[in-house]
Amino acid sequence: MALTDKEVQHIAKLARIRVTAEELPHYAKEINGILKWIEQLNEVDTKGVAPLLSVSDQVLPWRADVVNDGNQQEAVLKNAPNQQYGCFAVPKVIE
Amino acid sequence: MTSPTHMTLAEARDALAAKKISSVELTQAHLTAIEKHNPALNAYVHHTPEIALAQAKASDERRASGSIGLLEGIPVGIKDLFCTKGVNSQSASKILTGFKPEYESTVTTNLFREGAVMLGKTNMDEFAMGSANITSTYGNCINPWKRADAPEKQLVPGGSSGGSAAAVAARLGFMATGTDTGGSIRQPAAFTGIVGIKPTYGRCSRWGIIAFASSLDQAGPMTRTVRDAAISLQAMAGHDPKDSTSAVQKLPNFEAIIGAGVKGLKIGIPNEYRIDGMNPEITAAWDKGAAILKAAGAEIVNVSLPHTKYALPTYYVLAPAECSSNLARYDGVRFGLRVMDDGDNLNDMYEKTRAAGFGAEVKRRILIGTYVLSAGYYDAYYKQAQRVRALIARDFVEAFKQCDVILTPTAPSDAFAIGDNQDDPVAMYLNDVFTIPASLAGLPAMALPIGLSKAGLPLGLHLIGRAFDEETVFKTAEVIEREAGFNFAPAGY
Repeated sequence: MALTDKEVQHIAKLARIRVTAEELPHYAKEINGILKWIEQLNEVDTKGVAPLLSVSDQVLPWRADVVNDGNQQEAVLKNAPNQQYGCFAVPKVIE
Repeated sequence: MTSPTHMTLAEARDALAAKKISSVELTQAHLTAIEKHNPALNAYVHHTPEIALAQAKASDERRASGSIGLLEGIPVGIKDLFCTKGVNSQSASKILTGFKPEYESTVTTNLFREGAVMLGKTNMDEFAMGSANITSTYGNCINPWKRADAPEKQLVPGGSSGGSAAAVAARLGFMATGTDTGGSIRQPAAFTGIVGIKPTYGRCSRWGIIAFASSLDQAGPMTRTVRDAAISLQAMAGHDPKDSTSAVQKLPNFEAIIGAGVKGLKIGIPNEYRIDGMNPEITAAWDKGAAILKAAGAEIVNVSLPHTKYALPTYYVLAPAECSSNLARYDGVRFGLRVMDDGDNLNDMYEKTRAAGFGAEVKRRILIGTYVLSAGYYDAYYKQAQRVRALIARDFVEAFKQCDVILTPTAPSDAFAIGDNQDDPVAMYLNDVFTIPASLAGLPAMALPIGLSKAGLPLGLHLIGRAFDEETVFKTAEVIEREAGFNFAPAGY
């Protein structure tokens, strides 16, 4: 099952990557090539096999519910492309 | 004495201890070598000579006062994706242009605590996605090795840790840090004739390492000898509460196991790694490795890893899925590049920033990852891949009932030329066919050189150990290293 240009455009939209009309067929061809190759996984009988989420059998550790960091506004904003009034500045969201 | 940059890390440590050389002198020798050779290699992409000399001076002072870390005064390179405070850390991506972290990664913190000196940041594939170091925003990194029959051709150093590999091979650092998601330490080590170990998942903290695929990413050292790798891993690894997947297991003394030999060990040779049409030179190197271990008293046993052929496609579902999620943070808001025009809304800004900031391979993987995680396809692709991953991990558990360590080739060929394997993404992905299964299973695995190909290029072998049994990998590797006597440097370095 090959993805159409339109479907690739939709995926790009979901991924928030602008893809031009000229680039679309190229991406579609490459992605379809990779997906076709990936489909061999369907040959594998995985009935009753639990999905492996992590190779670590360690239980996620708990930590005390206390403040252990903070007051780093300047450091946090240091690399921002645009900051105003101690906040990250972005284009207006509400009209 | 030849140039001090040509010592091994262990020799440099001993020379420092014997006061035959100071860290400042050692560091200056490396800075001079970098100045001379780096323009042709593009291995270092951010140079930090002031930091290096200040750290070296401080190290010499510490030594005088009797405080000596594991890597006291040793000059090293740091892969660009380790966050280093106040020094560009961009994962070789345009989208992180100018990013200078306000914090230090745990691995580099550990290295500095042990006295290491940072020469600079090393080149890599963008976001560690690639096997040739040709997707970097800094331009290609060049392998210091040349083919004897075509010395004019520029060869790739492998990837993604290509800059670290090229730097260590060209004697521009005793060690450089790498990270390995599907082979990014081991394949470049093989292509440049050096040693690289990806420890067990969880050994090195991922905190402060720019993430690619979090369930697979693992840091490790790249060095010129097995002993140097053991010393370096000791300094880098250890439990870190800031990484919830950091292993609580105690670190053994890795260097102490070097020289223990392989008498009585069972070495597994997996049938499924003998792939159709395999390069005869690779097969010969593999056989030579097995013969060395047998002569040293190990027993060679055939083992089976039946799901091997599904490891690559499994990886190319899971790694893109995790990357599409991890790389969602690059949106032009908090750091790095922002691209927008007057009147653009927030979505325009996201889309334009990401279109301009990510390279072609990264975009391709984000798109694949977004697709396999999207509603309606999640079970068919992502869940199925996770189930196959479980079977691949189980294969290793079964195999390790019959053997103590597994021996395979590292890569299917010696280093190829820039431009090769570039027409078809899948052809490039095949470079990691021998390294990816151990990544999916989270096992420690090491690449080390065994000899040269007919073209005069290094060939590597690959050892896979049980989880948290790096020691067996180290002691086996040291026997191969000693008996194979690989003692070649790229011509001119």
